[in-house]
Amino acid sequence: MTEEGAGGAAKRFLYVNRRAPYGSIYALESLEVVLIGAAFEQDVSLAFIGDGVYQLVKGQDTKALEVKNFSPAFRALEDYDVTKLYVEKEALEARGLSEADLVVPVQVVGAERMAEIMEAQDVILDF
Amino acid sequence: MPIEMNGKTIETDEEGYLANRSDWDEDIAKEMARLDDCDLTDSHWEVINFLREYYEEYQIAPAVRVLTKAIGKKLGADKGNSKYLYELFPYGPAKQACKYAGLPKPTGCV
Amino acid sequence: MLHTVNKSPFEHRALEACLKFARQGSAVLLIEDGVYAAARDTAVSGQVQDALKRVSIYALKSDLEARGMQNRVMDGIRLVDYGGFVDLVAEHNAVQSWL
Repeated sequence: MTEEGAGGAAKRFLYVNRRAPYGSIYALESLEVVLIGAAFEQDVSLAFIGDGVYQLVKGQDTKALEVKNFSPAFRALEDYDVTKLYVEKEALEARGLSEADLVVPVQVVGAERMAEIMEAQDVILDF
Repeated sequence: MPIEMNGKTIETDEEGYLANRSDWDEDIAKEMARLDDCDLTDSHWEVINFLREYYEEYQIAPAVRVLTKAIGKKLGADKGNSKYLYELFPYGPAKQACKYAGLPKPTGCV
Repeated sequence: MLHTVNKSPFEHRALEACLKFARQGSAVLLIEDGVYAAARDTAVSGQVQDALKRVSIYALKSDLEARGMQNRVMDGIRLVDYGGFVDLVAEHNAVQSWL
């Protein structure tokens, strides 16, 4: 971190999740980085855009696939003081999903608002 | 280093965490604690069982800050503080208790 | 001919290309992130529905379940397990994997 961090003001971190949960390792890696990063008491937000919204879909059952179902961990984010979860409205709609289909409460925002949220960050990490 | 117990060999990683979570039972927890010269009391079990329930629910082992807060919420402020938890688990409450609970090392612990 | 598609139709063009070239009577099997194309009421479900008039479309059940999509599959798409996957490969003279 820069010298700014020592002075007190937490940096604003945005993790941008763009990929579906099991087709690649990105989604799981992102979540792990978020959980690790949360220990540093930064101002953390998560954005789910495009296929990233699939990470939050209810009813994931990976038993037959024999991989870890990490969707329950999104519900633990509150314990980590990560409460700002933004989901792209257009991405949900294109996939026939609504907020009720997701495992955690989120803020559904349009692309325009999402762009503003991105603009307001100090650090953006894309997964 | 694998743990030898009752004629069985239980695989662990290099730091002593179980390689297979399904191998866990209370006797293994006791044996892991014994190897660390730690006697598991009811207070220890309270934390171990809490961690197992947490993992069952969220599929992650919580970081120590999260564990402390969550224990406080569930078991009261006299237990949800670093002093109490470090007295029980001097090697680090999340790290050591997760090991005895058969869970992976908490994400973010080094 | 059996075609397999393993990419999300929302982020890749593999499904679109596959459906363009899949001829009457061939089979398309959706696997991995490809199974998202099996969901009803999406931006691509019309395209998939059109294709169902010409080709048989299957989706791998375990991949649907892992992604929480098992209850969203549109009518006309058949679910298969790994055994069914093997049967499809055996039934067709060639397999084209759209990666």
